[in-house]
Amino acid sequence: MFRKLKTLIGGAALALGLSMNAPGAGAVELTMYYPVAVGGPLTKIVDGLVADFMKANPGIKVNAIYAGNYNDARIKALAALKSGKPAQLSVMFSIDIYELIEQGAIVAFDDIVETPEEKAWLKKFYPSLMENGMTQGKVWGIPFQRSTIVMYYNKDAFRDAGLDPAKAPATWDELVSMGKKLVKKSGGQTVRWGAMIPSTGYPYWMFGALTKQNGQVLMNADGNKTFFDAPATVEALQFWRDLGNKHGVMPSGTIEWGTLRKNFLEGKTAIMWHSTGNLTVVKNKAKFDFGVAMLPAKKSRGTPTGGGNFYIFKKSSPAERKAAMKLIRFLTEPGRTAEWSMKTGYIGTRPDAYQTEALKKYVAGFPPAAVARDQLKFATAELSTYQTGRVRKLLDDAIQAALVGKKSPQDALGSAQKQADRLLKRYR
Amino acid sequence: MLLTPAAILLIAFTYYPAVATLGQSFFSAGTALKPSVFVGVENYSFMLDDEVFWQVLKNNLWYAVGTIPASIAIALLMAVWVNGKLPLRGFIRMSYFTPTVLPMIAVANIWLFFYTPQIGLIDQVAGVLGLTTYNWLGDPDTVLTCIIVMTIWKEAGFFMIFYLAALQSLPPELEEAAKLEGAGRWYYFRRVVFPLLMPTTLFVLINAIINSFKLVDQLFILTKGGPDNASSLLLYYIYEVAFSFFDQAYASTLTVVLLVSLAVIAIGQFVFLDKRIHYR
Amino acid sequence: MTRRAVSIRDGVEAGAAWLLAAIWLLPLLYAFWSAFHPSEYAVRFELLAPLTLDNFREAWSQAPFARYYLNTFLLVTSILAAQFVLCTLAAYAFARFEFRGQNIAFALVLVQLMIMPEVLIVENYRTMSQLDLVDTITGIGLPYMASAFGIFLLRQTFKTVPKELEEAARVEGCNALQILWKVYVPLARPTYIAYGLVSVSYHWNNFLWPLVITNSVTTRPLTVGLAIFGAPESGVEWPIITAGTLLAVAPLLIAFLLFQRQFVQSFMHAGIK
Repeated sequence: MFRKLKTLIGGAALALGLSMNAPGAGAVELTMYYPVAVGGPLTKIVDGLVADFMKANPGIKVNAIYAGNYNDARIKALAALKSGKPAQLSVMFSIDIYELIEQGAIVAFDDIVETPEEKAWLKKFYPSLMENGMTQGKVWGIPFQRSTIVMYYNKDAFRDAGLDPAKAPATWDELVSMGKKLVKKSGGQTVRWGAMIPSTGYPYWMFGALTKQNGQVLMNADGNKTFFDAPATVEALQFWRDLGNKHGVMPSGTIEWGTLRKNFLEGKTAIMWHSTGNLTVVKNKAKFDFGVAMLPAKKSRGTPTGGGNFYIFKKSSPAERKAAMKLIRFLTEPGRTAEWSMKTGYIGTRPDAYQTEALKKYVAGFPPAAVARDQLKFATAELSTYQTGRVRKLLDDAIQAALVGKKSPQDALGSAQKQADRLLKRYR
Repeated sequence: MLLTPAAILLIAFTYYPAVATLGQSFFSAGTALKPSVFVGVENYSFMLDDEVFWQVLKNNLWYAVGTIPASIAIALLMAVWVNGKLPLRGFIRMSYFTPTVLPMIAVANIWLFFYTPQIGLIDQVAGVLGLTTYNWLGDPDTVLTCIIVMTIWKEAGFFMIFYLAALQSLPPELEEAAKLEGAGRWYYFRRVVFPLLMPTTLFVLINAIINSFKLVDQLFILTKGGPDNASSLLLYYIYEVAFSFFDQAYASTLTVVLLVSLAVIAIGQFVFLDKRIHYR
Repeated sequence: MTRRAVSIRDGVEAGAAWLLAAIWLLPLLYAFWSAFHPSEYAVRFELLAPLTLDNFREAWSQAPFARYYLNTFLLVTSILAAQFVLCTLAAYAFARFEFRGQNIAFALVLVQLMIMPEVLIVENYRTMSQLDLVDTITGIGLPYMASAFGIFLLRQTFKTVPKELEEAARVEGCNALQILWKVYVPLARPTYIAYGLVSVSYHWNNFLWPLVITNSVTTRPLTVGLAIFGAPESGVEWPIITAGTLLAVAPLLIAFLLFQRQFVQSFMHAGIK
């Protein structure tokens, strides 16, 4: 009965809406959800950009709706699709791609672009940022608010330990040897650790960096196969565990993602690995001289990317898709990308953004801002597969089991791989 | 007629979902490309193979064992103290009761800080005493205990109230009589007060058992069930499966386990209480 | 036992009771410490650390607490109002009317004491999305509005009302609803207060179901807002989180401190049954 009532009311509202919209024929209205993972002024920046867009395109009205964190944005957008008031485009977690495809929610950009110029536009972004947006040979997501992991280090602690503060560890071996020197003990107690890599919250993300450095990716491009038990993957986990258990550079057990920054700012660890998203806070709060460096290398340097992409929903008219494309292209123009990057700390998503005067000047004045970009050439996709929530959890559990010493890295990853295989079998 | 509004809501949000959960547990999770189909007991056999499920069940058992007796004992002790003649009784009673009115989610933020290694309060105190610091929430051997301690802290004051009410309803002549008989305080408590409190104890016990299934808010802040599921509880796992894995079918299957456990307790309570009813 | 031994024993007991009280208050005291001091003192306890309100200002500006307050307020009051009406009617039916299957019906109501809405989040979420009530305050409140606890409590109270009063009212020409309103409800006032306080503090603090069912700032209650605000990935500083925590608990805490006796007695009243 409720359903019928709903349809009735919906129908009436639709009729009303149609008749009211009639005078402004040709006008397109877009609804876009977007998440904010770092809080505060970001919503105002997005509102400003959208207002600029509407000024430049009077025929298009955009409702940009802030939907909470990445998880909220996905649930909200999917719920809206099922209800009567769907969104036409949204910014969502880049790794949601398979989930969205499986739900039949999104269209590939390849199926929308028409002109050669538009096709060329798809190639303007950093390839490593495109990885999470591509599968089945098509582009499904356009990078927007994207980040990587970087290494923050306490230069005062480096001086204190007799190390060169201009030189952060560039290899795994250096991380161990310098880390050991950075450990400071007082009466049997460790008052400062050498390094900390967080292992709660997003262990798979940190681990993606270690495996990439060891020359191994965690999944294939179709999102239906994982490489959790590859020898290089196991080796990477062994190294992570050894940092705590064997080398004593890091505390053993898991390290809390949320309180790590406080540990760093309190000088309890000389090095931390964390998202570029922390740059501004660390800059404002650190009472010591700090540096930002790329993550160290084993076979090469490496980090996964992170963050949100633009998606266009299937439930949209051709006119709406066109308008959505216009909006996305507007927001990703080099000038605006540069502005976005400077205001938020996210990476400029395309090389030509860094050629703009404004961003050039900004990077010259604050070199840490460029570290994430420079690291992009070593970057790979963030773990993302079908059944992504579950697969991610399998890996998270395996990492934690190994770090706390409950299982050996080999066993932990082996069983994670077996279970992931079982989940992903039906997508091959 | 008077019952209708309440009945509709009860049916819609208690009976119907309880039955529908059972139904859902025999279907697969549907997506736009693969609609949900009847799969029989496949979800159940998956569950029996699911290591995390067993781990979570085991944790939940320990969680119950850890929180229930301890919080009841502390609650009883508190009630006896507050019912006595201590100086500043009102203030003490307030202290005991305060955790009850605070949201779990908010106090978990504070407790997170207590447990944080090195900079946390516990480790700072340990540092002053010359003990080594410890990664309380990062170690699977200690994490569940940390959760249990916090839960006891949150619950005990609430249970105290029930005991306090019961103690205050005892006739004062009882203690007088016991004193005249020369009974010691402990003897009086053990042989007279405690049996009289039996109905209250049962009531509190039921509440504590239900809470041991229901209280999972703190996990969202403190551990997210980690490390490696060492602190995950059944209801938290259900949330995870339903809303971050989007597998409503399997979540329903897990919910069935939860419902069955609660039903068993309900029946147990019924049988047990029936025997004790003469206390009322 | 000698008098001296007794007084020593009492002293020890008082000490233990005091110690326990101190431990029980410690988390709250710490929250105050951290919230009222600059962040560099969050983990350093110096007596003369400067006091500040900056953390509250920051917390207030970083999350829409005003909106969260409003949401929680709307949520708690609408639940309470609905509970009063629904439970009163149902309790009246159970207390003063005889109908077939009464005992079974009452037992069915009591089932909800065991199977609380928290347990059924998965199915209830589906129902809510079918009713288009996801992300609405009604959606958060609806499963709780017919409360078995409330029905039970009021039924017990109504049963103690003397039949003569009802008959007197009937002689004056009151119908059943008027009797309920004029006789029963006023007499059950203490129960309403007790139940009201229990309900308000429960729903003020409730988290899991609101977390599941809300998606946006316009519906999120304080607890969910606080969890998102304090979530590790949000990158918010410690003292600001504790300030936000205090903001979230302040109204209830202040009310509790002011009406402490009332609170405790209400909870006792609700629990005796």
